[in-house]
Amino acid sequence: MSAREEVLSRIRTALGENRPDVGVPRDYRTADERPAEQLREVLVDRLEDYKASVLRCGPDQVGATVAAALDTGLGAGWDPASVVVAPGVPATWRPDGATEDDGRPAVELAAFAATLTGVAVAIAETGTLVLDGTPLSGRRAVSLLPDCLVCVVEAGQVVGGVPEALSRLGPTAPLTMVSGPSATSDIELQRVEGVHGPRTLVVVLVA
Amino acid sequence: MTTAPERTGPTPLAPGAPRSGTTFLGLPTAPRGVGHLRGDRPFPDAARDALRDGQLRANLGHATSTIRAKRARVVGEVPDWEALRQAGKALKTATMARLDEHLLELERQVTARGGTVHWARDADEANAIVTRLVQATGTDEVVKVKSMATQEIGLNEALEAAGITPHETDLAELIVQLGDDAPSHILVPAIHKNRAEIREIFLRTMPQFQGPDADRDLPDEPRRLAMAARTHLRERFLRAKVAISGANFAVAETGTLAVVESEGNGRMCLTLPQTLITVMGIEKLVPTWRDLEVFLQLLPRSSTGERMNPYTSMWTGVTPDDGPQEFHLVLLDNGRTAVLADEVGREALHCIRCSACLNVCPVYERTGGHSYGSVYPGPIGAVLSPQLTGVEDNASLPYASSLCGACYDACPVAIDIPSILVHLRAEHVEAQEKLTPEAAAFKALAKAMSNPRLWRLTQRAAGLGRLLARGKPTMPPVLPPPASGWTRSRDLPTPPRETFTQAWAREHGR
Ligand code: SF4
Repeated sequence: MSAREEVLSRIRTALGENRPDVGVPRDYRTADERPAEQLREVLVDRLEDYKASVLRCGPDQVGATVAAALDTGLGAGWDPASVVVAPGVPATWRPDGATEDDGRPAVELAAFAATLTGVAVAIAETGTLVLDGTPLSGRRAVSLLPDCLVCVVEAGQVVGGVPEALSRLGPTAPLTMVSGPSATSDIELQRVEGVHGPRTLVVVLVA
Repeated sequence: MTTAPERTGPTPLAPGAPRSGTTFLGLPTAPRGVGHLRGDRPFPDAARDALRDGQLRANLGHATSTIRAKRARVVGEVPDWEALRQAGKALKTATMARLDEHLLELERQVTARGGTVHWARDADEANAIVTRLVQATGTDEVVKVKSMATQEIGLNEALEAAGITPHETDLAELIVQLGDDAPSHILVPAIHKNRAEIREIFLRTMPQFQGPDADRDLPDEPRRLAMAARTHLRERFLRAKVAISGANFAVAETGTLAVVESEGNGRMCLTLPQTLITVMGIEKLVPTWRDLEVFLQLLPRSSTGERMNPYTSMWTGVTPDDGPQEFHLVLLDNGRTAVLADEVGREALHCIRCSACLNVCPVYERTGGHSYGSVYPGPIGAVLSPQLTGVEDNASLPYASSLCGACYDACPVAIDIPSILVHLRAEHVEAQEKLTPEAAAFKALAKAMSNPRLWRLTQRAAGLGRLLARGKPTMPPVLPPPASGWTRSRDLPTPPRETFTQAWAREHGR
């Protein structure tokens, strides 16, 4: 018998003939009725609580605010060529002279100082940004290797909780949920921001 | 070290398996001689040594109280926590009831999206599969994401035996690996080490601190220690050809796998290498994509005490031009089907490895993880390890609890750990062929308690114990056997001057 057949037959033996029909009570919250502006405020609060920086702006100031975000992350005087941009990011958001991700070998992305992407959805209650591998979010290595990550979140992308976010996402896309900069609490349970992922996360919230 | 002692003899049967008769299930448990599910000594002996280590107790007490407070704060924030918990419990029960069907669906979906699924009956088979897959790539080193399953099967030892170097990349796992130590907690495996001890391990083992010209200036601040680990691992991530991970969840209907982490080492491993090999216990499954909406709320808050952990990665098979282009999923039994056969004990398979039960357990807080002798310590370990190995191979673990119930209350999927403990104790006692002193004592006690005259005599005899106690509130720890079995690890109060019945008779004149 192959291992597959054997494991399956063990499971059938273990469960026997009478398998219970189990109903799943879903009495938890699946929607958040709070007004959009209130959700955005919760999002900002949660992002800042986990040491991300947030800059807010109107739809026509995204480019300037991204530049300010890069000032925050890299310090003034950064080199635009050292910023790598996900290919689907609108031209108006990009700093002049930034490098578009051209699909080069992933490890070469480590040479960039910062990354600029959009997101697929943002979860207010947990302060989470979800990147989904589309051209706007970029491939996974782009938002991972450079030490500073700038994400632009648009007003319509903010939802209240986890259930609403998952219902908007495609389950087979490569998904990365980001909640603050990378962190560890492995030494005496003391939180340290920034280990292997980007040590700085700056969010530009457009609304 | 929790190296499994060499033992021979047939692998014991599942604890729930009837030992005779026609309904004999005979499902094999995790094999001996491989992996880290069995300690080399019984829990009470290991615990006694741990209790003498003042530094260990201080480190543990600080860590568990910190994390308990964090968890309580973020759980308190969620108004529908109990509803989520009940949904989580029901989802896991439903998954187990149709485990074979869900696994087949998972296999179909992963395969359809370019992944390859392997099945492993036990630790040896899983280790052989992974070793063969790594060898086929031609590399002799791999990067690893923290994974309980690969610790359980002793994968690192198997790889090393085949000349392959595994690099643990989680900070705590790295500390444990460099210190030639064993993990002591599910979530923070180096919880038993403090910053000074970690600094010493790094200075002694990291190549960047060796050699005459090395800058050995490393303060013991957590931030500086974390940066040393970043430097140590960066190069290894960038050159790695193969990564090995576990999985927190797998979605049957879509083939999606999920890894929940904090540092970004998981993302490095899941993103950069050409080949990804994921080893997953067969119970880690959820039926539908929607089900993750429950577990992605329950897990981070129960585990690190955060609203959401910094990074959760999800992937399905292979995504062209994004991440590993070769993906293998190894589905591991290693005693899980034996657990599934036990109608009471199978609830232990619902565990999402959050570690909340460890942090609230008064026994864990004092003895630490190593005393349990298995990669699964604390309350969940006390019910899971003996079932995976067969109760006779971990016979002391079901007793490593005061049955206070704190674990049940903290568990995000409401596993009734105390009831399983009691169930396993009964299994263990039943399995004993000769009468233990404890069983003999309880038999005699039952007889005495059912006869008023005998009971009065017994109580009067107990009063004689006062002579041994010499006026102290507790009895001396060195009583002759069989009483020593009890007093070795517990304080036995000195019997009172008179019994309740005697006092009643005196005061009420009867
Ligand atoms: S038994 Fe429950 S509380 Fe303990 S680790 Fe598992 S899920 Fe968490």
